[in-house]
Amino acid sequence: MNFKNLYDVIIIGAGPAGVSASLYTKRANKKTLIIHKNESNLQYAKRIENFYGFENGVSGKDLYEIGIKQAINLGIDVKEEELLKITQEENNTFKVTTTHNEYISKTVIIAIGTKKAKAKINGIQDFEGRGISYCAICDGFFYKNKNVAVLGSGNYALSETNDLLNIANKITILTNGEEAPEFRAENVDIITKPIEEIKGQNKVEEVIFKDKTNLKTEGIFIAQGTAGSTEIAKKLGLLLNSDKIVVNQKMETNIKGIYACGDCTGGLLQVSKAVYEGTIAGLQVINFLKDE
Amino acid sequence: MSVLKLESKNFESEVLNSENVVLVDFYADWCGPCKMMSPVIESIAEELGEKVKVGKVNVDENQDLAIKYNVMSIPTMIIFKNGMAMKSFIGVTDKNDILKELN
Repeated sequence: MNFKNLYDVIIIGAGPAGVSASLYTKRANKKTLIIHKNESNLQYAKRIENFYGFENGVSGKDLYEIGIKQAINLGIDVKEEELLKITQEENNTFKVTTTHNEYISKTVIIAIGTKKAKAKINGIQDFEGRGISYCAICDGFFYKNKNVAVLGSGNYALSETNDLLNIANKITILTNGEEAPEFRAENVDIITKPIEEIKGQNKVEEVIFKDKTNLKTEGIFIAQGTAGSTEIAKKLGLLLNSDKIVVNQKMETNIKGIYACGDCTGGLLQVSKAVYEGTIAGLQVINFLKDE
Repeated sequence: MSVLKLESKNFESEVLNSENVVLVDFYADWCGPCKMMSPVIESIAEELGEKVKVGKVNVDENQDLAIKYNVMSIPTMIIFKNGMAMKSFIGVTDKNDILKELN
């Protein structure tokens, strides 16, 4: 591991929560990295007229871009990379893996926002833990030499597929109508047909496509779009409540050293709430690092 | 009460034939979320004392039990009553949600 890739705090997300947290940690001389994918719900807010300090309001897109520039101008490392996973290491640090790099940090602030709702597929919720999984590394063990599927078509789906390559017998990537990704491996097939539903008796048995054809499978790993707060939380063991990360008033999660703030913790989807929570998370990280 | 080590050979006597309600945590040493759940399971065992039996099954060493109880994701916690699996929790779960079921 390159020393350059070691941080005091890595912040996932460059919206109001993430950037606010970074302003405090950087000003306290903590080595801070923001990782973001240049995509935030804030960018879709046409005009924000209920946030302090803008006499004529401000567009969400502008506010998002100003926030990132503010962080860069303060000397914070800001990288536009797609997050793949966060794992807890033995020495009380965290490894953050992106499409481009691996980083190690003493603390992590998850300020990743909420994912855009994906098309709902009947059966996913019904079979959670009975063939539907959100973590190839955790649950791949149960599918040794079996035929499984990965639902998704982006980098995150390919990362999950890679984690299953040497475990499962055969893996089928289901893009559900999206374009097929570039991926070649002996035991991997790709099906691009839109999905109607997932069926089974007590556990997942088959995927029914809209054209009424089917695929027999024993497990489906959900990896649509990019890794969102739910996927990250389930892999790490963070407590969730209706897909929102559970935090206390200090923005602490149930894992020491991991904080969450902004939309991913639920509640009001407001810039002011995200800024407040980001501030608390940043200050708490500073305290945590002081106590180490 | 301490957390029992459950295996294929003692599962019937300790769980299925138990007069107490039994909370069983299916886990693996390599599973990050299981490590988060472990102190929660221990504190439930301590808090409920003799009232509830609490045990852990290592799925690496006892795959037959994982298969028998359809464990396909870990951690999975199952509450057994009179030898029957009554309620499952899949993934890291709030302690109060488990206590609510046990009480």
